[in-house]
Amino acid sequence: MNGADAIIKCLSAEGVKVVFGYPGVAICPFYNSILQSDIQTVLVRTEQNAAHAASGMARMTGKPGVCAVTSGPGATNVITGIATAFADSIPLIVITGQVNSELLGSDVFQEADITGAVESFVKYSYLVKNVQDIPRIFKEAFHIANTGRKGPVLIDVPIDIQNASVKSFSYPEEVSLRTYKPTVKGHVVQIKKVIKELEKAKKPIICAGGGVLLSNAEENLRLFAEKHNIPVVSTMMGIGVMPTKHPLYFGMVGNNGKAYANKAMNESDLLIMVGARVADRAVSQPDLITQNKILVHMDVDPAEIGKNAGPTIPLVGDAKHIFEEFLNQEFECEHDDWLKILNEYKVSLAPKRNPNPKYVDPAAFITELSEKMKDDGVYVADVGQNQIWSCGYHIVKEGRFLTSGGMGTMGYSIPAAMGAKLADKKRQVIAVCGDGSFQMSMMELATIRQHNIPVKIIVLKNNYLGMVRQYQHFTYKDQYSVVDLSGSPDLEKLSAAYDIPFLRLNNMDKVTETIETFLEKDETMMLECLIDPMDLV
Amino acid sequence: MKKIYSVLVENRSGVLCKVAGLFSRRCFNIDSLTVGETDDSAVSCMTIVSSGNERTIEQIEKQLNKKLDVIKVKTFDEEKSISRELMLIKVKYNKNNRRDILETCDMMKAQIVDMSKTQMMIQVCDIPEKTKLFIQMLASISIVEVARTGTLALQKCSDSDN
Repeated sequence: MNGADAIIKCLSAEGVKVVFGYPGVAICPFYNSILQSDIQTVLVRTEQNAAHAASGMARMTGKPGVCAVTSGPGATNVITGIATAFADSIPLIVITGQVNSELLGSDVFQEADITGAVESFVKYSYLVKNVQDIPRIFKEAFHIANTGRKGPVLIDVPIDIQNASVKSFSYPEEVSLRTYKPTVKGHVVQIKKVIKELEKAKKPIICAGGGVLLSNAEENLRLFAEKHNIPVVSTMMGIGVMPTKHPLYFGMVGNNGKAYANKAMNESDLLIMVGARVADRAVSQPDLITQNKILVHMDVDPAEIGKNAGPTIPLVGDAKHIFEEFLNQEFECEHDDWLKILNEYKVSLAPKRNPNPKYVDPAAFITELSEKMKDDGVYVADVGQNQIWSCGYHIVKEGRFLTSGGMGTMGYSIPAAMGAKLADKKRQVIAVCGDGSFQMSMMELATIRQHNIPVKIIVLKNNYLGMVRQYQHFTYKDQYSVVDLSGSPDLEKLSAAYDIPFLRLNNMDKVTETIETFLEKDETMMLECLIDPMDLV
Repeated sequence: MKKIYSVLVENRSGVLCKVAGLFSRRCFNIDSLTVGETDDSAVSCMTIVSSGNERTIEQIEKQLNKKLDVIKVKTFDEEKSISRELMLIKVKYNKNNRRDILETCDMMKAQIVDMSKTQMMIQVCDIPEKTKLFIQMLASISIVEVARTGTLALQKCSDSDN
């Protein structure tokens, strides 16, 4: 057995089913050993998408997604994917090949100091220097990636370590890290304090972030909200915490969110912020959520609490455990008027659009699409105007909504959808992107074909980098600079080249039957929707 | 507000870089940073002097605690600690100022640790303000070079374990 065999044994012991990647010489021992296992390999068409695909898989399985790339440019290409996962706290194990350990530091062919380069985007990283350390390092890496505040862990393995012989292999059962013991249980005193405030509150609200989904706390949160009739809003990463049409759900907050959601959050007298970073897109003025209200900030990462807004009651711990504890406590809170007010806001502050009938109205299209999607379908939104429309008009039933919220990485949706589909082949998975973001990962159409991953792709095409065009419209009075997407390929011909069935919607005339055809079979299909180039979110 | 962080870290390659990188990435100041092995060769102690508002001071401690190579972070004010800085200072001398230099050294409890016919090296080990003052005192003399360790500090003795 060599080091590469040992790595594969570690992955098998962790129950890894799929590895996304792109080989090169420095990772060849790994890709040779993987042939002896039943782990599926997926050859992406650029390394960044290996990390995105692993991220999509991780978000569906709740286990770290795994990708493996070669040294040098392979490793540096994967950085954007790592940073994207880091920003959204998605657990990943990124394995990078490295040059011979004796040559490290001598700038030989395809050498890159990847552990140094990714330092600020990983939860932790390893450079394996001794082949005997492989089992311990992998055990630790999986543990670190998927506990506490989750995140990517990178393991850099020089080729000579992959080839070195291993005397004996045993996968450790326990992890012993003296520097890493994340707090899971919420402090009892703090929980009591929150309940005391809830009893007094007249306008309580919960703002749920992506951390709720990462800790599988959505059911407990919903039960708690229902038990005490507490309204819920969410951040972009928190979409899907509650079904969109749940009577207690009042939409996404933030500068791209619903006006009534922001008003609800700002007018509340008790705000429970859970698993959210209080970053600028969700809360543009942190002062507003600390003034005239009690702010309870719950997060598994103590450093998030007080970083952007000083809470009245900090509560460190895992959201699932904390809501379980909340559910065990008996108390009363009365605030029927509050819900009445919020429901009035929902009507009076509903977004108003004036769609151009010559084109597809993205809002109406997305609403109809999500109504026709399977109840547990997975909607993967890309980045740009399309993302804001998706957040605003997609209706989550029992499914999932995946997007790159923290980093806002264009091109995320197609590879992430591939990962999500491979995680659960029974589920319907749809990637929705713009024509800009589509072209950032359209090379993955080959991966979809090669590995027969039946994800569905929707391209909302407006021939512009719409989000930037919109910014230039408002900020520079329509002086457009470098946002025109002329020269983009004919998507019908492109689909034909990849042997992918293609549909086009020019306007709303045949929207219902087109969506039905598009969703009918569990196979890859592309649907192009022509959007008014001047449309705004 | 000035704070001293006494940070116990795993004695591994790259840890200094991670800690220093954390400060630069989050725009935290480093007034001084010293690092050395402790009595346990697997553990190093970093003494970091930093300044900032209350939120920054708290964030520094929390972000340091997040680093997986950090074992323990202790934060304390200058007055609750004993701090020292070691300075070596090389100066040019002549027979006119020799006596002045020696008097200053005597008053400041500094030692002459090396000499040539035209230069002498002085060692100062004192609280950081005194080392700074010493440089000022020698300002009129031609200083050749100066090396300082930066602040080393430990919390004052107490009868509890901390």
